[in-house]
Amino acid sequence: MARIHLSNLAHSYSGTPRSEADYALKRLDLVWDDGSAYALLGPSGCGKTTLLNIISGLIIPSEGQILFGEEDVTQLPTAARNIAQVFQFPVVYDTMTVRENLAFPLVNRGADRDYVRRRVEQIADMIGMADVLDRAARRLTADAKQKISLGRGMVREDVNAILFDEPLTVIDPHMKWELRTQLKALHREFGHTMIYVTHDQTEALTFADKVVVMYDGQVVQTGTPAELFERPAHTFVGYFIGSPGMNVIPARVEGTSAHVEGVEIPLDASYPALSGKVEIGVRPEFLTLSKDGPGLPVRVRRIEDVGRHRIVRLEFFGREINVVVPEGRPVSQEMNRVVFDPARVGVYVEDRLVEGRMLQGRAA
Amino acid sequence: MTLVLDNVSKVVDGRTHIYPTSLTLEKGTMNVLLGPTLAGKTSLMRLMAGLDKPATGRIVWNGEDVTDRRVQDRNVAMVYQQFVNYPTLSVWENIASPLKVARRPRAEIDAAVKKTAALMKLDGLLDRKPLELSGGQQQRCALARALVKDAGLVLLDEPLANLDYKLREELRAEIPRIFEESGAIFVYATTEPEEALLLGGNTATLWEGRVTQFGRTPDVYRRPADAVTARVFSDPPMNFLKIAKAGDRLLFGEGQSVPALGALGALKDGRYLAGFRPNHLELEPPHPGCLAFPAVLSETEITGSETYVHIDHGGERWVGLVHGVRALEHGRALTVHVDPAHVYVFEEDGALAAPASYALAA
Amino acid sequence: MDKTVNQKAWFLVLPVLVLVAFSAVIPLMTVVNYSFQDTFGQNVFFWAGFEWFEQVLASERIRDALGRQILFSAIILAIEVPLGILVALCMPRKGIWVSVCLVLMALPLLIPWNVVGTIWQVFARVDIGLLGRTLSELGIDYNYTQDALDAWITIIVMDVWHWTSLVALLAYAGLVSIPSAYYQAAKIDQASRWKVFRYIELPKMQGVLLIAILLRFMDSFMIYTEPFVLTGGGPGNATTFLSIDLVKTAIGQFDLGPAAAFSLIYFLVILLISWVFYTVMVNLDKKEGV
Repeated sequence: MARIHLSNLAHSYSGTPRSEADYALKRLDLVWDDGSAYALLGPSGCGKTTLLNIISGLIIPSEGQILFGEEDVTQLPTAARNIAQVFQFPVVYDTMTVRENLAFPLVNRGADRDYVRRRVEQIADMIGMADVLDRAARRLTADAKQKISLGRGMVREDVNAILFDEPLTVIDPHMKWELRTQLKALHREFGHTMIYVTHDQTEALTFADKVVVMYDGQVVQTGTPAELFERPAHTFVGYFIGSPGMNVIPARVEGTSAHVEGVEIPLDASYPALSGKVEIGVRPEFLTLSKDGPGLPVRVRRIEDVGRHRIVRLEFFGREINVVVPEGRPVSQEMNRVVFDPARVGVYVEDRLVEGRMLQGRAA
Repeated sequence: MTLVLDNVSKVVDGRTHIYPTSLTLEKGTMNVLLGPTLAGKTSLMRLMAGLDKPATGRIVWNGEDVTDRRVQDRNVAMVYQQFVNYPTLSVWENIASPLKVARRPRAEIDAAVKKTAALMKLDGLLDRKPLELSGGQQQRCALARALVKDAGLVLLDEPLANLDYKLREELRAEIPRIFEESGAIFVYATTEPEEALLLGGNTATLWEGRVTQFGRTPDVYRRPADAVTARVFSDPPMNFLKIAKAGDRLLFGEGQSVPALGALGALKDGRYLAGFRPNHLELEPPHPGCLAFPAVLSETEITGSETYVHIDHGGERWVGLVHGVRALEHGRALTVHVDPAHVYVFEEDGALAAPASYALAA
Repeated sequence: MDKTVNQKAWFLVLPVLVLVAFSAVIPLMTVVNYSFQDTFGQNVFFWAGFEWFEQVLASERIRDALGRQILFSAIILAIEVPLGILVALCMPRKGIWVSVCLVLMALPLLIPWNVVGTIWQVFARVDIGLLGRTLSELGIDYNYTQDALDAWITIIVMDVWHWTSLVALLAYAGLVSIPSAYYQAAKIDQASRWKVFRYIELPKMQGVLLIAILLRFMDSFMIYTEPFVLTGGGPGNATTFLSIDLVKTAIGQFDLGPAAAFSLIYFLVILLISWVFYTVMVNLDKKEGV
């Protein structure tokens, strides 16, 4: 096992990239710590699969290096990199039994027979398939097959990393719970470095210690789930994480307040004069609604009851913003004022978060 | 306009796919079919569309028996999980195709296509081919084709399942708006409880070929008729434990009991099954009257603003969804709390004995 | 999964039934009719019972032809199936060469049988043929019209040339349908090339290979035109396969009764062997699955 360092990496599918736009993966520098669980989150076409293929050795990047520990593996083929991968659709060897499937990577590397038997049984126990070891793999359900792929990835003790490429796509919703928690338990047990690629925020956030959010070929933020939720560094992160995403409103920012359509919104930090595209962002969870109370004028368009909370779609100076109201708190069609929690309002210039000077002791 | 399923059932090769089912769907309503894979959602939709003939029962459309009528002769539109478009035709031609088949005048077709395209945000893309579009746009195109027909019955079979999470969220918010404008009967199949709640309208919960309950979506969610419905309509699944009633108290094991208030007071003494939703499990007691259960933490999952806690209570696996980021040590013992007002009580056979009192207030 | 009871659909099948009746069932029944009767012309028939069948089964000539036929089909399958798979494995999976390869492979399949026979007849001639002349120039004593072994080799090479591309194309179709994730997983598992073939490619090609084997078996078992054009069944009876023998009986000697009985037995043998092939392979498939 080793730390993985993507050093000054960039990739373009065209041989002679002329501009930024020709890069499927724009220049990045990332370090994946040994033994951590990472998620690579982004919409389709954001470059996350390209990045995964570069780590697995399927694509050789047009620029930069990949280091496993101190070793440069940029030019090494997949087989020489000592990684494991679980794919979107379960890959099992149809004609083999579950046992043979799990043993395959070890047998191919000429492992000792006794060791193979012990190790396979240990893994089978972990993935809960000890009782079907001698069944043919092809007759199993999709989630069982996916467990086998997972087990085959874990069976080698020396893998540098296990890569997951949207592994729960074909799994039924009620089985996703089970597989996800099992994956976490396996990670805790064996301590492999895991990299999980997905477009599903719930999967990414619940799985990973650290989430890498990608957008348009760039890494826009790397952070813990809580950091991504509380301090999105980019408007895209705000939009992509959270349901519904962050409200982003064009504003003029001056000193300690933002102005939207001539109305003042207090901020908890002081900002210098900002130019370019200036917006404020605030999550629907941090808005409070009232009837004729303090705050800004709004009109309720729709109230959607999601059970444990309600999503209120508001009209705010001609644009739609959302508010999340927890269960048990009153909400009605007549409500017409909204208050922004100043501590939760971020200021964005050209989509990037800018830090103001704190007024009083705000947690960074 | 109404669609009535009168005791319809479907049997294939001696296996029952749909047990006798009666449903009445009214004009201008959104009806969600909610259930896991193979619960019978697609089978039920095919019966409604006329793609399959029921083994028993009648299908009545506007008071007229249409059981034997072919799908072509019914006014039905259907959208599938896969993006079904004509690959060689442009978006405009795709959307226009049902109207061309109906031989409408050219000007009328053009007006209808433009209107529907605007509704589905496909305005600028009318000259493109479907394969040049993103997944979300392709499914919008398929939806537009279903809507442009002005069909009385629009069937949507997990239409968003193949889309990216965020696109799904966007279209999901748009579908109720589109539906309100069309005035047709919408039927929408999904496996996700949250999707049913967001769409609103009515929900029929399905389990192993039976409709377990049909009613307004929030009502089905808050007052499930039985434990199966509660399980189907809860993600993560509802937590259960065995309890008993004796005299005027409910016994929760470990010497714990609470007074049987309201509807619970009327229950006969005996054994029951209690259920509560994951979001009603608390790590700190919100007030003194709460139930407390010892448990062992098996896993935590942080979503950013909330934490899923997976725990083991005397061999029962429970899930809780609690506010805030809780980095708890795996394997540690802890006490979890549940407000009795959030507890549903079911008979041992699963039928609802008394709903949670909070749900009656909501 | 979704079936409804509706008998009306049978009417849609009616035209096909009528067609099949005229094209297959009625001619077949005529043959059955002939096989049980004797005739001396003028449409006068006598009941012959199983006499012709007994005669056919007892005939040494026909037994020899059957032996030759089985040997021929076995050799053909043993060469064409592995060779076809090998060719398919060597074909490119993407790029412009794919279509070039596909067209080249399809070419022999588009040539009519009798033309194939004629091409090879000329090609293998010792006096003027490119192949025959080259071989004799090289000092190899080769003459397919005189030497039985040479005749066999020529017919087999001709059939392999003509039909291997069919197997290759089917195998290729099976290969390209394998998702790339399988190859990638195999690389990660450090599977050797042989293991990739044995555990991924071969299982995934199983379905199409079954079809290829059945088609090639039935076709080779009924081969007529090419050897008829090339060798006429000779030298001697060395390349007289069943169908050539049948035609000799039916047209050459005008023994309609025995010929009819012969063709029925022929038909049943093909049916039987194909059925055995099919069930064995399908069962194999199932057994692996349990």
